[in-house]
Amino acid sequence: MLPFTYSRPRNIGEAATAGAQPGTEFIAGGTDLLPLLKEGVRRANRLVDINDLPLGGIRHEAAGVRLGALTRMSDAADDERLRRDYPAVVEALLAGASPQLRNLATVGGNLLQHTRCLYFHDAAMPCNKRQPGSGCPAWDGQNRGNAILGGSRACIATHASDLAVALVALEARVVLGARHGEREVPLADFHRLPGDTPQIETVLEPGEVITAIFVPAAPYSRRSTYVKLRDRASFEWALTSAAAALDLAGDTIRQARVAVGGVATKPWRLPKVEEALAGARADRSIFHAAAELAAQGAEPRQFNAFKVELMKRAIVRALADAGSLA
Amino acid sequence: MSGSVGQPIDRVDGPAKVGGKARYAADFRPSGVVYGAIVTAAIAKGRIAALDTTAAEAIPGVISVIHHGNAPQLAYAPMDPRPIVDPKTGEALRVFQNDQVLFAGQPIALVVAEEPEQAIQAAALVRASYAVGNAASDFSHASLEARPPEESRHPGGKPGALRRGDADAAFAAATRRVDASYEQPAEFHCAIELHGTIARWDHDHLTLWDKTQWVDNDRTEMAHVFGIPDDNVRVISPFVGGAFGSALRSWPHVAAAALASLLVNRPVELVLTRRQQFSSVGYRPRTVQRVRLGADDNGRLTAVIHEAVAQTSAYEEYAEMVIEPPAMLYSTPTLRADYRLAPMNVNTPCPMRAPGIVTGTLALELAMDELAEACDLDPLRLRLLNYAERDENKNLPWSSKSLRQCYAIGAERFGWSRRPSAPASRRDGHWLVGYGMASAVYPAHRAPATAHAELRADGTASVTSAASDMGPGTYTSMTQVAADELGLPINAVQFELGDSLMPPAPVHGGSMTMASVGSAVQAACRALRAKALDLEHPNRLPQDRGAMQQAYARLLARHRLDCLTAETEAMPDDAAGRFSMYAFGAVFAEVRVDAELGEIRVPRLLGVYAAGRIVNPKTARSQCIGGMVGGLGMALTERGQWDDRFGKIMNASLADYLVPVNADVQSIEALFVPEEDPWVNPLGVKGVGEIALVGVAPAILNAIHNATGRRIRSLPATLEKVMGC
Amino acid sequence: MPSWSRRVFLLSSASATFLLTAAKRLGFGQRSAAAQPSPAPPPPEAQTAEIALTINGQLQRLRIDLRTTLLDALRNHLGLTGTKKGCDLGQCGACTVLADGRRINACLALAVMQQGKDITTIEGLAKDGEQHPVQAAFIEQDAFQCGYCTPGQIMSAVAFLSEGHEPTDAAIREWMSGNLCRCGAYPNIVEAIKQAAHQSTNHAPLHL
Repeated sequence: MLPFTYSRPRNIGEAATAGAQPGTEFIAGGTDLLPLLKEGVRRANRLVDINDLPLGGIRHEAAGVRLGALTRMSDAADDERLRRDYPAVVEALLAGASPQLRNLATVGGNLLQHTRCLYFHDAAMPCNKRQPGSGCPAWDGQNRGNAILGGSRACIATHASDLAVALVALEARVVLGARHGEREVPLADFHRLPGDTPQIETVLEPGEVITAIFVPAAPYSRRSTYVKLRDRASFEWALTSAAAALDLAGDTIRQARVAVGGVATKPWRLPKVEEALAGARADRSIFHAAAELAAQGAEPRQFNAFKVELMKRAIVRALADAGSLA
Repeated sequence: MSGSVGQPIDRVDGPAKVGGKARYAADFRPSGVVYGAIVTAAIAKGRIAALDTTAAEAIPGVISVIHHGNAPQLAYAPMDPRPIVDPKTGEALRVFQNDQVLFAGQPIALVVAEEPEQAIQAAALVRASYAVGNAASDFSHASLEARPPEESRHPGGKPGALRRGDADAAFAAATRRVDASYEQPAEFHCAIELHGTIARWDHDHLTLWDKTQWVDNDRTEMAHVFGIPDDNVRVISPFVGGAFGSALRSWPHVAAAALASLLVNRPVELVLTRRQQFSSVGYRPRTVQRVRLGADDNGRLTAVIHEAVAQTSAYEEYAEMVIEPPAMLYSTPTLRADYRLAPMNVNTPCPMRAPGIVTGTLALELAMDELAEACDLDPLRLRLLNYAERDENKNLPWSSKSLRQCYAIGAERFGWSRRPSAPASRRDGHWLVGYGMASAVYPAHRAPATAHAELRADGTASVTSAASDMGPGTYTSMTQVAADELGLPINAVQFELGDSLMPPAPVHGGSMTMASVGSAVQAACRALRAKALDLEHPNRLPQDRGAMQQAYARLLARHRLDCLTAETEAMPDDAAGRFSMYAFGAVFAEVRVDAELGEIRVPRLLGVYAAGRIVNPKTARSQCIGGMVGGLGMALTERGQWDDRFGKIMNASLADYLVPVNADVQSIEALFVPEEDPWVNPLGVKGVGEIALVGVAPAILNAIHNATGRRIRSLPATLEKVMGC
Repeated sequence: MPSWSRRVFLLSSASATFLLTAAKRLGFGQRSAAAQPSPAPPPPEAQTAEIALTINGQLQRLRIDLRTTLLDALRNHLGLTGTKKGCDLGQCGACTVLADGRRINACLALAVMQQGKDITTIEGLAKDGEQHPVQAAFIEQDAFQCGYCTPGQIMSAVAFLSEGHEPTDAAIREWMSGNLCRCGAYPNIVEAIKQAAHQSTNHAPLHL
């Protein structure tokens, strides 16, 4: 870890100014950043602690819920209304990290967490995301955890967040703050595909911070769920996950929202699956048929080919679970 | 007087451990301590062509950067004989003595700085360039040139081949046959305590606070490294935060810490990073085993052919007893077992809980399950049909064997009779349910040990031996043995260990601490009590434990003694030449497999063990439960993810190398079959630390087959293997 | 090693430059960390700070390198070695402490960011020399072997009981999964927490 200066600004303007300087990292919970700094995966000579910014709190409104970016994962997971109105979000929060990590980590930081690609985390290895132009050893290497969707020859690193998968299914938007005001971006557009520049992961401009996450209240929000598959029963990133939300009229699906995690380079919404479900009957054969569409364009590698099938089955399970919710 | 041996006594070191007061190696804080950070090789084979330390040395607080270019040539005097924990063939890595790189992750430099943050930062700035050699980093390629271990040619060496009759002919003639290969990846100990050493020189005396399972050997090895007398080195290690074999040897970082302290003339703390541990302190070697079993139509074995190939390093030959279980666990008229080693550019593997035995038993017990299916027999019935009434490998009678009772009690308690008779036939919601079982075995070893016992003026006793306690409860069980021999209550006896100044003890491994050190403690306390009785007529000593302390105190006072001492070495007798000594067990598992998603859960594990006398059923039960948790990890999650191209383990973290978490574990129970063994050692104990891991993974994999109909022949059994995609 | 010198010769004769990295030989690009522009370090005086931490009810002032984690501050600066380092990356839970009553991984908390918080470590759990009920239950249920993960397990368990979960086996297992125990004491840990929870409902509330 390089030595760094430390500052703790009290407003967004100050934070944005400080954060725009090269070599600067914002720190909130620190659960993602500190291990990366310790292992030399990321380098910073300035840390800007944003915990004094007024970005906490959960505000329920008629149109939806606004989660302040600095809301701790544990506090969000504890919120009764969030659990009732957006169950997939709380399930994803509780499936992510350990209780002690959730006490430190923020919901804003969670969206910005880095991939678990084994090569990204070993600073002695080539990795285009860490060291642009150095190559992608995961392509022909230990890629069981890597993406089958959204990858490029330069990078097949999986996006690691559970929360983001649930949020992208529920059409959440992120609010970004900078020196001169705020802008809102659909979460689906917030993360970038790796393409040739896997080191650029989001649309954040230098100095810009996530100030809030807004989840709209939609007819399907309450009937939403998050299914996470992994090797261990707990405390592990997703091998494959699926978030599903259904708006039902009797047996008929008015509209559906589906996203998957652990399989793609960003939180991966599945509009074609959703279209196939809209207007159809909520039964397993329909779910199966719709889930088949999820794998379109999938590009599996040697050790992650099973995710094609596993992803479809996870979607079916999530839809079935959502369908059976009261 | 009722004995404390056999009672479920709470751990005597419990208060220290729950209060954060138990001191592990890195918890010692000698004044003036500075911090070391290791720089590791980025290539798997070659030569360091240049090492640029300029940037590292410029970091504020950096005291020294030590490497082959500036390190003194150390004595590295050969040890003769080699300690049991070191491979018999090859040369251990000598730290910073030359420019050779033998594996990725090898220490090539050490930064010492005032603060740990400075050392770590500077270590990242050391620039090495290499002349790259052609590394042997592909296991399947290396396997083609595998050879029997060199040590198998010498008496006492681990065998490379075992033969009885013509197994190949018998297999060819068998009417029921199994022929399958089983793959086991490299597995890592992953004790939660990081390996670490604090070294301090006082003139020509070296003190090490080290994570080690054998303070005596650590002392002797370091004395040889630096060419100084054993007595000039002291190793202190009162608590070991788990090791499971990884702290048997003195690894290069121990010498590195001592060297650094010598050069900077300050105490140096060197704690490996979690990532570095994966290439610094050994691991269970990757092993592939082909097993062929032949049987007659009644399920009686006619042939066992077992061929194992395991990886070792390019500079040492680490060999295991992989082919022992197939040679002795079941009765078979013919046997051909071969064990070969494939050298690779890796750091040398080392024993990990039940080394070799767990590996050989895994393949054998998976194959036995397949044979049961081929013979249309219940798997437990097949094992009973082939019960070995004597050790056909050593051609000796058992000192004791209660495996039948283990099977019977286990089957009864587990409800084995309710096992689904056909694979994939029981479903509970979306869960497929299956039962599986396997046998477990581990040899009962014993080595010489010495203990010192002392009665103090207040009538309490202090007992010492340079043993270790990495978790089984050595402190507690030795206290129990001593208390019983001296007739004192537990709280009037203090047992201390983990200091090379204490009387010598053997390595804390191979499940032999109780047998070896326990026998010494018993003998020393018996001698001490005899001394006391020499001074005092036996009738004047009370029978009551509470009164005994006062009686001892009065006795010492009357004879104007500050203390009364006895030191005794306990040696194994010749019984091991007349009897074959093993602990046995039976493991039963229930698994549930999600029929759609492939997720595997293990709601129930039961282990039934016949391991001689159980000194403390509370700690022994914990040890067995813990071993079964380890077996669960071995079955379902643990594997080194190796990259052939770079010759290194990629998942070198506790987030990526998956050991079981609390949520993975549901009902686990351990039972002990009462067993009297007059031959193994004076205490009649066989040890349970290793056997607890044996048989667990095959029981689980066999249950997965029963649940799903799918045979998984490579560990771990992950969901894609169960789903078959 | 003679075989080695031959290899150097072969490599050097086959290639103009034989100083190859393994990665380059495999067709990967320049990957040396030196190629990555490193941000300039701040002046030395800006790399340290005087901070004040409240540990087990006592205010402690110390001068630290800003990179110092709460874990290293406790262990290296304050001599509180009961909090353990098992990975330093938030992957094992051995360093779990309470910050304002909430469990956190001390290895993932910069010490400078913990000022003003009430930190409780394993050393601060006993009151007036009497073990916390969770500590006593851990001994009684033999909820550890080597003892290394134990301080973290106990701090996590104390937090679990204060977080208001129903102490069912399933809930304990899930909410204790951030604390690895390689000795495999999990079943006994579950029993110990159940015992402590039972005591707290039948007797006095668990103190912190």
